[in-house]
Amino acid sequence: MKNTIARAADSDLWYSFRRSPIVMISAVITLVIVSTSLLAPWVAPHDPFNLVSIDLMDASLPPVWYADLGDSRFLLGTDDQGRDILSTILYGSRISLIIGMASVTFSLILGVALGLVSGYGGPKVDAFIMRIADIQLSFPAILIALLIDGVARSILPRDMHDQVAVYVLIFAIGISGWVQYARTVRGSTMVEKSKEYVQAAQVIGVRPIAILWRHILPNVMGPVLVIGAIHLAIAIITEATLSFLGVGLPPTTPSLGTLIRVGNDYLFSGEWWITIFPGIALVLLALSVNLLGDWLRDTLNPKIQ
Amino acid sequence: MKTFTKRLLAVATLAILAASPLQAKTFKWAFQGDVQSLDPHALNETFTMGFMGNVYEALSAYTDDLELVPALAESWSNPEPSKWIIKLRKGVKFQEGGDFNADDVIFSWKRCLSEGSDMKGRAGLIKEMKKIDDYTVEAITPSPNPILMQEMAWLYIMDKEWSIEHKTAETTNVKGGEEGNYANMHANGTGPFIITDRQPDVKTIFKRNENYWGNPKTNITEGIFTPVKQAATRVAALISGELDLIYPVPVQDWKRLEKASGVKPLSGPEARTIFLGMDSSRDELLYSNIKGKNPLKDVRVRKAFAHALNLEAIHKKVMRGASTPAGLLVAPQVNGFSEALNTPYSYDPELSKKLLAEAGYPDGFEITIDCPNNRYVNDEKICQAAAGMLAKIGVKVEVFAQPKSKYFAKVLAQNNYDTSFYLLGWTPGSMDSHNVLINLLSCQNKEKKMGTFNFGNYCNAEIDALTDKVGSETNPAKRQAMIDKAFKIAKDEVAYLPIHQQPLSWGVRDGVSVSQRADNVLDLRSVVLQ
Repeated sequence: MKNTIARAADSDLWYSFRRSPIVMISAVITLVIVSTSLLAPWVAPHDPFNLVSIDLMDASLPPVWYADLGDSRFLLGTDDQGRDILSTILYGSRISLIIGMASVTFSLILGVALGLVSGYGGPKVDAFIMRIADIQLSFPAILIALLIDGVARSILPRDMHDQVAVYVLIFAIGISGWVQYARTVRGSTMVEKSKEYVQAAQVIGVRPIAILWRHILPNVMGPVLVIGAIHLAIAIITEATLSFLGVGLPPTTPSLGTLIRVGNDYLFSGEWWITIFPGIALVLLALSVNLLGDWLRDTLNPKIQ
Repeated sequence: MKTFTKRLLAVATLAILAASPLQAKTFKWAFQGDVQSLDPHALNETFTMGFMGNVYEALSAYTDDLELVPALAESWSNPEPSKWIIKLRKGVKFQEGGDFNADDVIFSWKRCLSEGSDMKGRAGLIKEMKKIDDYTVEAITPSPNPILMQEMAWLYIMDKEWSIEHKTAETTNVKGGEEGNYANMHANGTGPFIITDRQPDVKTIFKRNENYWGNPKTNITEGIFTPVKQAATRVAALISGELDLIYPVPVQDWKRLEKASGVKPLSGPEARTIFLGMDSSRDELLYSNIKGKNPLKDVRVRKAFAHALNLEAIHKKVMRGASTPAGLLVAPQVNGFSEALNTPYSYDPELSKKLLAEAGYPDGFEITIDCPNNRYVNDEKICQAAAGMLAKIGVKVEVFAQPKSKYFAKVLAQNNYDTSFYLLGWTPGSMDSHNVLINLLSCQNKEKKMGTFNFGNYCNAEIDALTDKVGSETNPAKRQAMIDKAFKIAKDEVAYLPIHQQPLSWGVRDGVSVSQRADNVLDLRSVVLQ
C-alpha cells in the first residue's frame, strides 16, 4: 500500500497535477460537486421534492443577501413553488451526473466492443461497422438523442415515460456517442493484431474472443478512458440541452437542464436566481470535468500534443 | 433649375406616398396556444370561439362592453314565452360568395346538434326551428328562455351549400379521427376577416373581407396569428417589436412591460372563474389508488379538499396579487352574482385532516389531476400549488399537465369525461348565472343537453329543478333568489372548488388601440393601428 502511494507520488501524473493550478482547482470543484450531489439527501438543507415540506408562501424568495426579503432558511432563494434553490441544485446535479456517467459507460462499452470486432474481424465486418459509424457521424449527436427520445415518447404511455425517462436519456445520449470509441479502438486493435504476441496466441490456438479480451483489450484501453473523461462533460451538457428543450427529465425529477428551463420563465420578471444558480452550477460542473479530461489526455497521451 | 425640378419631383412623390389610402396595415399577435380546429362548432372554448368570431358570425353579437347587439339577425321578438321570431339581415354574403338566408341558420343549428359538436348544450336551448320565409325564422324553446339571444351570440352560422358541397355537414370531433373534415382546415363565414393561410400550431393569416356588410372601426388589412407557447419568448417578441399584441402576459412580467419602452401591459378583471372539479359520481375513480369505491362521492372528502386549499397563497404567490379569490362559480360581472356567497371556504388543514379521517381515509389517498398548461393564466402552476397543499393533508396528487388540445380531448363529453379531478375555467357566454347552472351544476343529461361541462357529474335534483325555473323566470328578484338558493346548495355540498377570477393580462405595443373585453376575447374589429 505504502509502495503504491509512493509510486503514485513519484509519477508523471502527480507531478503535472501539482504543477497546474487550474487542474487542481478543477479537481477540487469536481470533487465538491460530485460528493455533495451524491450525498444530496444528507447534505441538502431541504428535500425539495417532498410536497409535504414545501410551502407556497415561501415561493420566489430572493437569495439570503437581499436583507429585506431574503430568508435565512433559503441560502440561494426559492423557486415559484417555494422549493429551496440550493437543494434543487444538489438533487439536480446528482441526476445530471448519474445520467452523464451512465451514458458514457454505455457508449464506452458499446463502442469498445464494436471497435474490437471491427478491428479484429476481417475487412467485411470492418467495412460494415465503420459505414454505420460514418452514417451516424453525419448527424449531430443531439439530433440522434432527440430522435430516440421522441420515439420513446410516442410509443410509451405518458405515466410510464416519466418513470423510464432516465433510462431513455441514458440510452439516447449513450447511443449517440459510441463512434469515437469504436474508431479509436479499431485503429489500435489493427496495430496490436499484427504484433507478435497476438500472432503467437493465434498459433497456439487461443480462441478469438479470449485473444480480444485478454490480450488486445488491456492494450487499447488507455486512450479510451481519456476519451471517456472528456465525453463526460459533453454527456452532461447534452442531457442539460435535452431537458432544457423539454424532452428530457420531467419537472418532478429535475436535472440541471430542467431547472434552467423552469427558471427561464422568470428571467424577465427579475427573479434571476431561479435560473442563474442552476446555470452557474452546470457551467462549473461541465467546465471542471472538461478541464480534468483535457489534462488527462495531455499527460497520458503525449502523442496527441 | 435641374435641381429644383428634382426636388419638386421628390416632394410630389412623398406627398403621393403619404396620401395613399391603400397602406397595408399588418397586425401580428400571439396567444399561448393555437385553435384546435377551424370548425366553429367543434370546441366551446372562449379562445377558439373568439378567434373564429373574426371569420364567422352569429345571429347576435357582443360589443366591446359586452352589450348584446344584432349581428346576422336584424331584430328579434319574443311574442310568446317559448317562441321567438328572428328577422335576418338581407344582402349578406359568405366569403366564398354564397348568400346568407334562413336555410343557413337552420342548417347551422342542426349541425350544432351533430355527434362531434361541442355546442350541443347551446343548440339544445332550441327545440324546433322553422323557416317562415327566406329572411325570417321561428325558434321554439323547450321552456321560456329570456336569455336565448345571449347564448345565440356564440352559435356561428355556416353556409349550407358550402358545407354540403365539401361534405362537412357534421361537426368535426375534437377527439380527432376526422382530419379529413373540410371545415377543420377551411373557413367560410360572413365575418370581416378571411383566413388565407392556415398552418396548425405555426401560423394563421387573415385578410380583410372587402365585401363585409358591417363597418367595424378597425383599419388592419392583414392579421398574422402565431401561437407562442413559452411565456418568456412571447414577452421577448413583444418587447423586440416582432409582435403587436400578446396574451396572456405572465403576471410576474407586468413590471417588466411597464419599464420597457414602446410596450405596455393591459389588464383588467376577467369574468372567468378558475375552479377545480371532482368526479363525484363514478363508483370507482378512474385515476386513484382507491379501488372499489369513490372517495369523492363523500361530501366530507370534498369538504376536506375545500378547506385544504390556501387561496390566499395562490393569490399572493402564484398570481402575484393579480387575481380575486372566489367562493362562487360566477364573477361579479355576471348576472346572478352574490357577494354574500362569494366568501371562499376557510383555509383549515386541521379540519381537513379530521374530515378525511372521519370519512375513512386517515392516511389520505392518491389521485391524478388533469390540468391544461396553455389555457389559463398560470394554470399548471395552480395545479402544482394545489397538489402541494393537498399533500399536507395526506392526499397525494399527481399533476398531469398537457397542452389544451390534448387536455380538452381527454376530459370533454366526447371522450366520456375521462378524468377524476381537473382544473377548468368558465366564463358564462351569456354573462348570466343560468349558463353556469345548466352547464356546470346540472346532472349530466344528454337528451336535455344539460350538465355538458359538468365533467365530474355532481348531481342534485333540487338544483336541476331550480335551473329549470331560473331559465324561465322573468322577475329579477325571484330569479336572483332561486340562483342564490342553487349556489348555496352547491356550496354546502362542495360541488366544485372555486379558486379565483383570473386577471385579463395582455401586452400591447404603443400605437395599437384595442378593446379588452371582460370575457378575454380579442375582437379584431376593435383593433386600430397607428
